[in-house]
Amino acid sequence: MKHRLKFTIKKLFRMALLLLGVSLTAFLLMDASPLDPLQTNIGQAALGTMSPEQIARLETYWGVDTPAAERYVGWLGGVLRGDFGLSLLYRRPVLEVIGQRLAGSLWLLVCAWILSGALGLALGVAAGASRGRWPDRLVRGGCLTVSSTPAFWLALLLLMVFAVWLKVLPIGLSVPIGGAQATLAERLRHALLPGLTLSITGVAGIALHTREKVIDVLDSDYILFARARGEGHILRRHVLRNVALPAITLQFVSIGELIGGSVLVEQVFSYPGLGQAAVAAGLGGDMPLLLGITVITAAIVFGGNLAADLLYGVIDPRIRRGAARG
Amino acid sequence: MRTNRRADTLFLLIFAGIFLSAIALAGGLLTEPAGAADFTRKNLPPCLAHPFGTDWMGRDMLARTVAGLSLSIRVGGLTALLSGGIALLLGTVSAACGPRVDALVSWVIDLVLGIPHILLIILVSLACGRGVWGVIAGVALTHWPSLARLVRGEVLQLKQATFLRAVRRLGVSRGRVLRTHLLPHLLPQLFTGLILQFPHAILHEAGVTFLGFGLSPERPAIGVILEESMGYLAAGRWWLALFPGLSLVLVVMLFAVAGERLRLLLAPASAQE
Repeated sequence: MKHRLKFTIKKLFRMALLLLGVSLTAFLLMDASPLDPLQTNIGQAALGTMSPEQIARLETYWGVDTPAAERYVGWLGGVLRGDFGLSLLYRRPVLEVIGQRLAGSLWLLVCAWILSGALGLALGVAAGASRGRWPDRLVRGGCLTVSSTPAFWLALLLLMVFAVWLKVLPIGLSVPIGGAQATLAERLRHALLPGLTLSITGVAGIALHTREKVIDVLDSDYILFARARGEGHILRRHVLRNVALPAITLQFVSIGELIGGSVLVEQVFSYPGLGQAAVAAGLGGDMPLLLGITVITAAIVFGGNLAADLLYGVIDPRIRRGAARG
Repeated sequence: MRTNRRADTLFLLIFAGIFLSAIALAGGLLTEPAGAADFTRKNLPPCLAHPFGTDWMGRDMLARTVAGLSLSIRVGGLTALLSGGIALLLGTVSAACGPRVDALVSWVIDLVLGIPHILLIILVSLACGRGVWGVIAGVALTHWPSLARLVRGEVLQLKQATFLRAVRRLGVSRGRVLRTHLLPHLLPQLFTGLILQFPHAILHEAGVTFLGFGLSPERPAIGVILEESMGYLAAGRWWLALFPGLSLVLVVMLFAVAGERLRLLLAPASAQE
């Protein structure tokens, strides 16, 4: 137990260091940008009609006149106190904007995460166990097609079929226009297509990797031995157990890609989630918001990796003992 | 006629190479007709004269699609090469220059993998002030980590190989060991990795131009074309989105299949399957 605690603390420390690196990288990249936030948001014409005092005030608001190092240290100090600054586009605290947007994205992400994981694992095991026969070919062909398809184009196709042709599902947004008090069923209807797109794109990678692992396991000596002894339930007793670890890794590693995919998919469906906010912040030069979103998504990704590391020990007795010894 | 996998793969690779260079070349020649507006033929659904239809300015969608694919292929090729170079350099350095450097490189890899690709590409493209070079830099800087890990593992394994230890005992210089013994082992792996990297690079390029970070709206890039088509979906102009996207999927798939075949061929265990 003591060793597990030490292991966790070490990992947490590394995670904090990585987050610091992420924030610094993102900050430096944004700072290097030659795009002037005033020009992007207010426009040359409007700037021309303003007095110098007005421009100076705007420059202070967008943080153009403070040196970079000072701004970063100021930002970091704020973050340590739980203050991510003000979003320049939305004129509200960054954390508030992110919290609201994340709530919209979160159940989209969670549904897609669980669905793609479960489906990917099932398809991967089915394909690996029937290597070379038609279920395998079907899964492999399907996965190849899906992984070669851009997520946003898939979203466009689904929109065309279900919203424009069949007119059974809405064309975008998370709630009907003007409906502040949307019912759960309505929210679900609006989240169905984005969720479906994200799940489909997520399945391919997981299924293909699982298939490789299953084939590796089935080729091993212990499976040969089990077969020779005439054991039944080889798939459940041997294959699934040995595939569990890589499956967990895959599942948690896929979080990053899922968030990346949601940026594109939310844009197509004009779904007001975190990804859409990231694009708006990027196009509008809203540095505090983009920085906040980058750091928070990175924290989610690193948190996922940590969870996978910890789950290994829970699931695999060999690692548990190994950790205790080491 | 039954042929073996080696011949099949070779044929596929040659075909893919010729096909893709043909598109890349044709796109370069087609930039003129791709931008030509003709309001007498606007919004035509697919027909014989315009197999992919025309858009609201009467531009031929086939010409625009080929021009867009050409741009994607060129950008994808360049970024794959760049990220392959970064991966080779960092992977070898990480495996060959001791534990401190190794730890540093792994840290950087973790850092890059921690930010979702598309977010990092957005950040890099902002740093470059958007434009084509922003996209190229963004995609190149996000796609090296997995390849670098592969190279690192390979070099670490090779370092322990008997023949390399023997060579070193014989007093052969470091540079020569690297050139004549390490690189020939690494190159096939790297080459396959590069080809498999290509689809990801193209897809991310299309994604980030779709979001509006890459190219100006006049440039016929697949992402830009699809972004424009979104406004006409509800009007029922399905051909604006369907054909450009479908051709992109086909190009990407061609590369993915070629890369996968090559990987199986180069892995001794599966070469004869």
